[in-house]
Amino acid sequence: MYPRGIKRKCLDPEEVDGSFADLKTVPSYTLERQSLLDMSLVKLQLCHMLVEPNLCRSVLIANTVRQIQEEMTQDGSWPVFHNHKPDYQAPLEHLVSSDVLCRSSREQDDSKPIEDSYIAYSEELEVQETQEISELSTVPSVKALQNSSGFWEVETPQENKAHFQKSLDHIFESLENRNASAMEDLFSEVDTSYYDLDTVLTGMMGNSKLGHCEMLDSLSPQAAPHSHCKAEMNEIDHIVEILVES
Amino acid sequence: MKCFSRYLPYIFRPPNTILSSSCHTEADIISTVEFNNTGELLATGDKGGRVVIFQREQESKNQPHRRGEYNVYSTFQSHEPELDYLKSLEIEEKINKIRWLPQQNAAYFLLSTNDKTVKLWKVSERDKRPEGYNLKDEEGRLRDPCTITTLRVPVLRPMDLMVEATPRRVFSNAHTYHINSISVNSDYETYMSADDLRINLWNLEITNRSFNIVDIKPTNMEELTEVITAAEFHPHHCNTFVYSSSKGTIRLCDMRSSALCDKHSKLFEEPEDPSNRSFFSEIISSISDVKFNHSGRYIMTRDYLTVKVWDLNMENRPIETYQVHDYLRSKLCSLYENDCIFDKFECVWNGSDSVIMTGSYNNFFRMFDRNTKRDVTLEASRENSKPRAILKPRKVCVGGKRRKDEISVDSLDFTKKILHTAWHPSENIIAVAATNNLYIFQDKVN
Repeated sequence: MYPRGIKRKCLDPEEVDGSFADLKTVPSYTLERQSLLDMSLVKLQLCHMLVEPNLCRSVLIANTVRQIQEEMTQDGSWPVFHNHKPDYQAPLEHLVSSDVLCRSSREQDDSKPIEDSYIAYSEELEVQETQEISELSTVPSVKALQNSSGFWEVETPQENKAHFQKSLDHIFESLENRNASAMEDLFSEVDTSYYDLDTVLTGMMGNSKLGHCEMLDSLSPQAAPHSHCKAEMNEIDHIVEILVES
Repeated sequence: MKCFSRYLPYIFRPPNTILSSSCHTEADIISTVEFNNTGELLATGDKGGRVVIFQREQESKNQPHRRGEYNVYSTFQSHEPELDYLKSLEIEEKINKIRWLPQQNAAYFLLSTNDKTVKLWKVSERDKRPEGYNLKDEEGRLRDPCTITTLRVPVLRPMDLMVEATPRRVFSNAHTYHINSISVNSDYETYMSADDLRINLWNLEITNRSFNIVDIKPTNMEELTEVITAAEFHPHHCNTFVYSSSKGTIRLCDMRSSALCDKHSKLFEEPEDPSNRSFFSEIISSISDVKFNHSGRYIMTRDYLTVKVWDLNMENRPIETYQVHDYLRSKLCSLYENDCIFDKFECVWNGSDSVIMTGSYNNFFRMFDRNTKRDVTLEASRENSKPRAILKPRKVCVGGKRRKDEISVDSLDFTKKILHTAWHPSENIIAVAATNNLYIFQDKVN
């Protein structure tokens, strides 16, 4: 009954009539598609903040973003990413990746006793921890990245670019707020969440391809026990510290 | 749907029973409703982890209008909020599903689950107590041995009826994601629990081991685009079960073919209507509930806007599609914005499989008569529910001029949603959960 222009109804009820044939090129359509994208990205961002988001909802939102991305790529309004500049792709790709959505569900291998995996992964832990430190150190450069003219230099209409920038600005803003005020609380309450936030931040700001890949690696299911072990390791460290102090 | 019938084969009158707490908190919100196999008992679970069981009163000749009302039989705390120390994560106590086991002796058994842990509860009555112990007095204190001069035989004496709920089994540590369904198998020895990505098979007697029968978790979680939304065993064939997905498909699996049912036996899916395509197509086609009918020949599925009935012998399209609230099709964007589009409505069959019931917004619920193709919208609300009054069909105004008694789409209250309903297995008694209220309606007494 209604083609993709359906969402126009709620945003712009006056413009429901008219042919849908050239809808995708109508400015209001692209505007509304853009606002749907913005909305979805904010929702996704909020999912990332949760330790264990509603997976069904997150997956459906991520699929919606993919769908919009696909359509925008087809009609050329999606920022075109060149092969020699793969960095641009990182932020959104990362946001949509379901892996991040499910990151909280890092599983301990049921069949494997924890002790075994602890020993097996203990060596890699150190490596991973140092990586995280380096990833964290990229956070302060957020503003610089955002303002750098090269970062969002893409061959798209100015308008779209502005919107795109706006949506991301919003996310940056919420991230920064969270970063400033809630970060410490998070650290104190949930010892794994800094890791989560970290991955989100690095995913969003990841300006080096290397960093992005590392982050994905650390999240991949094969590597999942690492993080679980890391939590355990931290606990042990903590105990050791207390012992030393006493 | 153009035609809103004013008639339905069954007219439900609000009884008797509107069960609720007057001032409610989040914890009082009812999250599941389920009749037992005889319909004598009705269980509800809530967000606070409590289970309340109602029992139907015996009919009395002096008060014919008080026909089989349901009264509170037992209340117990099934789940408590917990902390997953490994993930530093709080596990909600909310009861996601309740399933009764067929009654085999005087006691009743039910399974209740939250996001992670399934529990088997025994609900039993005690109306006698032993009296006349030799070593203890009536208050239970030990007697001085010097005062015991004679031996006596303790006897059982009647006492006030007491209903006890005791946890018999706790099935934990098998789900990484959130459990959305549990289903007791027709062999009555096993049951399954489904989460977002996996389905496990349990023996009711064994708590430390379960078998993984479905696993759709991709090796690379980046490729995840689909989750399991509901699952149920076939009512008669203990080897067969179905599960639904967020992409609107239903898979029928046969456990005889392999231990891990990676490959489905049948895949039920309706091709997308290109004229109805929008960015929300996938979200609204995501299936929120799947139910076999009593014979096991048909499956009913609920997605955001419709209820569909599928014949097990036809996979390419449903045999019946009913529009629940098609007027929301033009509101999908706002429903996405306020997250209502992700609401998980359930659906139920009546005892003879001829009528289907499911919920909607504004405390409305819908019934569809499969034979006459008539449907009705009813409302569960205190204002309209005077005892023994007949429920008036409600109508939502779809475009054009709003007539008297009609309600316009814009004035629907999207915070009042009916997600959970239940139908008595043999009679026309329905239970409708509206936020913190449970309404029990029954058909008109002749």
